[in-house]
Amino acid sequence: MKWNSLGEFLAMGGYAFYVWGSFGACAALMIVEPILVRLRRKNALQELKREIAASAENNET
Amino acid sequence: MNNRLINWFRYASPQTFYPLAGKMIPWFWALTAVFGIAGLYIGFFAAPTDAQQGEGYRIIFIHVPASWMSMFIYLVMAFWAALGLGFNTRLSGMMASALAPTGALMAFLSLWTGALWGKPMWGTWWVWDARLTSELILFFLYLGFIALQSAIDEPRRADKAGAVLALVGVINIPIIYFSVKWWNTLHQGASVSLTRSPSMAQAMLWGMLLMALAFWMYSIAVALARVRAIILERERHAGWVEELREVRQ
Repeated sequence: MKWNSLGEFLAMGGYAFYVWGSFGACAALMIVEPILVRLRRKNALQELKREIAASAENNET
Repeated sequence: MNNRLINWFRYASPQTFYPLAGKMIPWFWALTAVFGIAGLYIGFFAAPTDAQQGEGYRIIFIHVPASWMSMFIYLVMAFWAALGLGFNTRLSGMMASALAPTGALMAFLSLWTGALWGKPMWGTWWVWDARLTSELILFFLYLGFIALQSAIDEPRRADKAGAVLALVGVINIPIIYFSVKWWNTLHQGASVSLTRSPSMAQAMLWGMLLMALAFWMYSIAVALARVRAIILERERHAGWVEELREVRQ
């Protein structure tokens, strides 16, 4: 292993801001995007159920 | 159903593609995790310190895969857009729409990590040179595609308008790719090329390739999930959608 301590790893040879700024932004976006997609799916399903319920009600009356 | 003649076209209908995509998504997430963990391990623990850039070069493990994917996703998006224009298939337009936000994300990451890499190495966050500017244009093309589609209410017309924009924008991809050859630039040349052996240490190269695979699998997984949501939105008046288990619950 090339790192002697966690502190040394986190310091990235003085480039901590740049390296972690890159990996952090990447991780954040790749967590947020699937969540947004999941929300979009949830909304679409909710909308569908509402429409089906509404048309069922119309058929009854 | 004359499209039964060619089994291929079976999957071009949203009805058959929706469950198929649902089955594939977990596998692509699993591959994303496997390649990502392997790539990060090699990138942070196996790859040596760079002689010139110290540890700062490790940004490459995000920057290069994101840049590759930003260009590749655009080509795939334009391919689906062209297919939709040519054959008027419903699924093609949905595929193109599903890819655009992920492509924009990759283009943004490419620019963001590029700025964070440029500052310590070149002394500047940004220069208006060919490589950087053409990548910025790619980012704007994605945003323009998304904005144009969301401005048109009728989905099939939105598909057509988006497709024309996507196809015109394809010209930008070779410009990005060859920009470091065609113009003088601050950006370094290609580290990996098909015609000569790569100009980097083995472990660095493997880390980069594994991360690129992880980004690739991520893009497929998230785009498939998005296309499923789009199918639910657009096909909501189709009988088969109402029969879905997740809708009936």
